Amino acid sequence: MSTPEQRLCVATIRRTGTVAHLRLGPSDGRPLGSFTPGSHILIQTPASVNAYSLTGPHVDPGAYEISVQRHRDRGGSAWLHQLSVGHTVSVSGPVSGFAPVLSAAHHLFIVGGIGVTPILSHVRAAVTGSRSFEVIDAHRPGPAAHRDELTRLCGSRLTTVTDRGALLQRLTERLADQPLGTIAYLCGPAEMMAAVRALADRLGWPAERIRSEAFTGVALAPGRPFRVRLARSRRRVAVAAGVSLLEALETAGIAVPHRCRQGVCGECRVGVLAGRPEHRDLYLTESERASGDALMACVSRCLDDELELAL
Amino acid sequence: MSSPPVIPDRVARFPFPFPEAHYRYSTNVEPARTPVRTAAGEWGRWLIDADDGYRDELALRAQILAADPSRMVSAPHMADAAWDTLLLCLGELAAAHPEEMVLHRDGAVYRWCNRRLDEERHFRRGDADSLGADPLAYAGSQVQEDIVLLEQREGELWAEAGLVTFAADWSLAFDIGMTFLEIHGPVPRVHVEGVIPRAHAFLLRLQPDAPYRRTNWTMSADPRLDQSTETYPEWGPARERALVDPAAVGQLQLRVEVQHLIRLPTSGAILFLIRTHLLSLEALMTVPEWARRFAEVLRELPADIADYKGVAGLRAPVLGWLEHPGPGAASRERQSRSAARSPT
Repeated sequence: MSTPEQRLCVATIRRTGTVAHLRLGPSDGRPLGSFTPGSHILIQTPASVNAYSLTGPHVDPGAYEISVQRHRDRGGSAWLHQLSVGHTVSVSGPVSGFAPVLSAAHHLFIVGGIGVTPILSHVRAAVTGSRSFEVIDAHRPGPAAHRDELTRLCGSRLTTVTDRGALLQRLTERLADQPLGTIAYLCGPAEMMAAVRALADRLGWPAERIRSEAFTGVALAPGRPFRVRLARSRRRVAVAAGVSLLEALETAGIAVPHRCRQGVCGECRVGVLAGRPEHRDLYLTESERASGDALMACVSRCLDDELELAL
Repeated sequence: MSSPPVIPDRVARFPFPFPEAHYRYSTNVEPARTPVRTAAGEWGRWLIDADDGYRDELALRAQILAADPSRMVSAPHMADAAWDTLLLCLGELAAAHPEEMVLHRDGAVYRWCNRRLDEERHFRRGDADSLGADPLAYAGSQVQEDIVLLEQREGELWAEAGLVTFAADWSLAFDIGMTFLEIHGPVPRVHVEGVIPRAHAFLLRLQPDAPYRRTNWTMSADPRLDQSTETYPEWGPARERALVDPAAVGQLQLRVEVQHLIRLPTSGAILFLIRTHLLSLEALMTVPEWARRFAEVLRELPADIADYKGVAGLRAPVLGWLEHPGPGAASRERQSRSAARSPT
């Protein structure tokens, strides 16, 4: 599980309306890793672990750049907005789940509002790699985050629309006229992405040629905290959010055989005597999952507050 | 009192692949760069390193490529992945051999210095002219590993490029353009038991900062590295000869692949690296734990797996030999070492 374990330092912070742009640099001078276009990082805030797309250069980046839309009901974004230069934050390595299709004949990027963030690195890679692409960008009238940069990168390959009717008209034209092998990439409000998918479906697009950003699709969510009761040793161990059951057991000095730590190899299977496991592995069969008498400790958690384990 | 026998380096670092007394296909992936202690030494500390066969194996690869250019397949859409591969390979080599190899970046210019090969290059990522070579070809000239690149699209992984000169009974040119699931179609048991579907799901989710590895094994008649489908007539019959000539049994090789599975950082492609290690049965006999364990595994191996690995006919002679090895083991061992050096 990808967890925010790297300490990065706020190098610059600037704002566009309700969006804060942060550059996070290494605090120890070690170079940051390159990332795949469309990647995001997870940031630990006091309220939650949030995912943010990386908006800056993806090859040998000097800093990880993110843009944070301020949400009234989400403590995490408000906390990030009040940071200043020099503050450090806990950040995961880049997580890729919205990568470009390397063999696509043409890349069609469809952007809504702050959904521009994962598309920027795609567009930059398309420009440097001389890939064929176009961008349809929808946002409210007036200034919007990253649009100067998007315009500079795209030139005439960018179409901007600021109302629903114009968006639908432009989408209908462009989705109906694409070379074989075009891949469409969507990032924007859920309602807009659903409308684009429905339109594409009517125009005969195979569903797998349309990719959309879904932050939770790849990295496992940190999950809720829970407790385990160990039947044999009569011990109790608490498992915090963002910590795997396997890690919590190891910290408590309880050895469990393991190998992959990804829910694939089957080594860390542990018997469950009571409580309902939340299965997140790829190993157990459907019937094994349904019986609920075992779980893979490296990724799986608990649907309730407590599990009793055969340890 | 005599001092304990010196264990040759290639035995000490051999990735003996049998932690248990029986062998089945499994999704036996584990994090890369994890050292493993064996009865003879250790392996696996580095993702890529150069061993004492480095120069000879690279020279052999160059000869094979010159004779048969189809061993390398590149494609324009995989160019970014090829640069990723090159930078990863050079960076890992430099990490393992800091005294002999250095990869340094100054702005957009990389400097690669490899004293083991008297190489020095200055290049920019994406600029093959500055490197003076195709990035995939150059990567293959610096690491002993065979290279396969897979592209992820539409929920599948497709073999799209690679450089493979040391295949064990398969062909890159044949597999190119196939999906991961198609390539593994002929392997027995693994589909019903869910091994391949699990591996597939695992690879689709693989992340750049978490390289993984697994081992695989087979047996071959001699220490020849190039056992690709293209050259079957040159190496296939030798395996049969071992069945009738007991003197040849000690020359049989346990052929182990350490395979690394890596999500490349900028292209998002999957890099599959295969490093082949060979150990003759005679050398295996010098480590009693290994000889015992290998006999256990071979005795228990189900017929369908033995058939697929091409070792079904070898089982009886090898088990017999492991119990009563012939005389002259040491002298034949020396011959087998020199044979490993000479490209055939």
